[in-house]
Amino acid sequence: MSFFSMGGYAAYVWPSFGAAAAVLFALFYFSRRTLKAREAEMRALEARRDELQATAESQGNSQ
Amino acid sequence: MVKRTKKRAGWHFLANPARFMRFSRVIFPWVAGLSVLTIVAGLVLGLGVVPPDYQQGDAYRIMFVHVPSAWMGLFIYGVMAVSSAVGFIWRHPLADLVAKSSAPIGACFTFICLFTGSLWGEPMWGTWWVWDARLTSMLVLLFLYLGYIALHAAYQDPTKGARAAGILALVGVINLPIVKYSVNWWNTLHQPATISKIDAPSIDPTMAAPLMLMIVGFMAYYATVLIIRLRAEIASRRIRNLRLAQVGA
Repeated sequence: MSFFSMGGYAAYVWPSFGAAAAVLFALFYFSRRTLKAREAEMRALEARRDELQATAESQGNSQ
Repeated sequence: MVKRTKKRAGWHFLANPARFMRFSRVIFPWVAGLSVLTIVAGLVLGLGVVPPDYQQGDAYRIMFVHVPSAWMGLFIYGVMAVSSAVGFIWRHPLADLVAKSSAPIGACFTFICLFTGSLWGEPMWGTWWVWDARLTSMLVLLFLYLGYIALHAAYQDPTKGARAAGILALVGVINLPIVKYSVNWWNTLHQPATISKIDAPSIDPTMAAPLMLMIVGFMAYYATVLIIRLRAEIASRRIRNLRLAQVGA
């Protein structure tokens, strides 16, 4: 089938598109992974801050 | 009159990124969807439907990924330089983050352009690489991106990193017209532009359609990944502030 053989240029055409797809998918994947990690860290820090505030408030009330 | 306390100024600083976060959540599914749709359509048309070139056979199909990535490499560098300048002049809190988040995306597109160009050059010119003006200036563009990323990361204080890298980005703008006009100013193996001659483009309209679809798709891809990276940068900034507050408490 000529679609796969690319008129004899398969060795040049397919690696071009394959490499482009690999680079763009990798960039998307790693960008997304970083975002998820940072968001998790941010939520953990926010939860800790709220916890500290709640403790501080309850201590303030009891005194 | 509103009395500005220190705390208020802090929240004002976060106002823009907060607005951006809301805005990005609305447009994100649209740019991501547009990117997938146009790239798939461009690939189907470009690889499966349009006929082979009368001179280059099927090898010319590399153009459908090579040319859009070259444009993206140049366009994203322009965005980086403009947002660096905006960061210098107005100290807009998002401007540097836009530049910083754009750099790896631009570097990836520039790399794809060079890589696919090499795979196109071998069967058409008989060489993977030649040190001529177009190819060399495009390689310089890749090094400018890598230099920007390295310089930004070299400083512990993100403001200082932004300033140093921003200066590099602005100085590097000189390379953009060199890339663009290199095929006219110097003798080169690289062919001149086929599509920008509006009055008489030397590309057949059926071949222009997949090219345009791929360009729109890459633009939307850039927007998609930029939003993801910007949100990660805003989260990092927030993490730094939370850490500082908890250490102080």
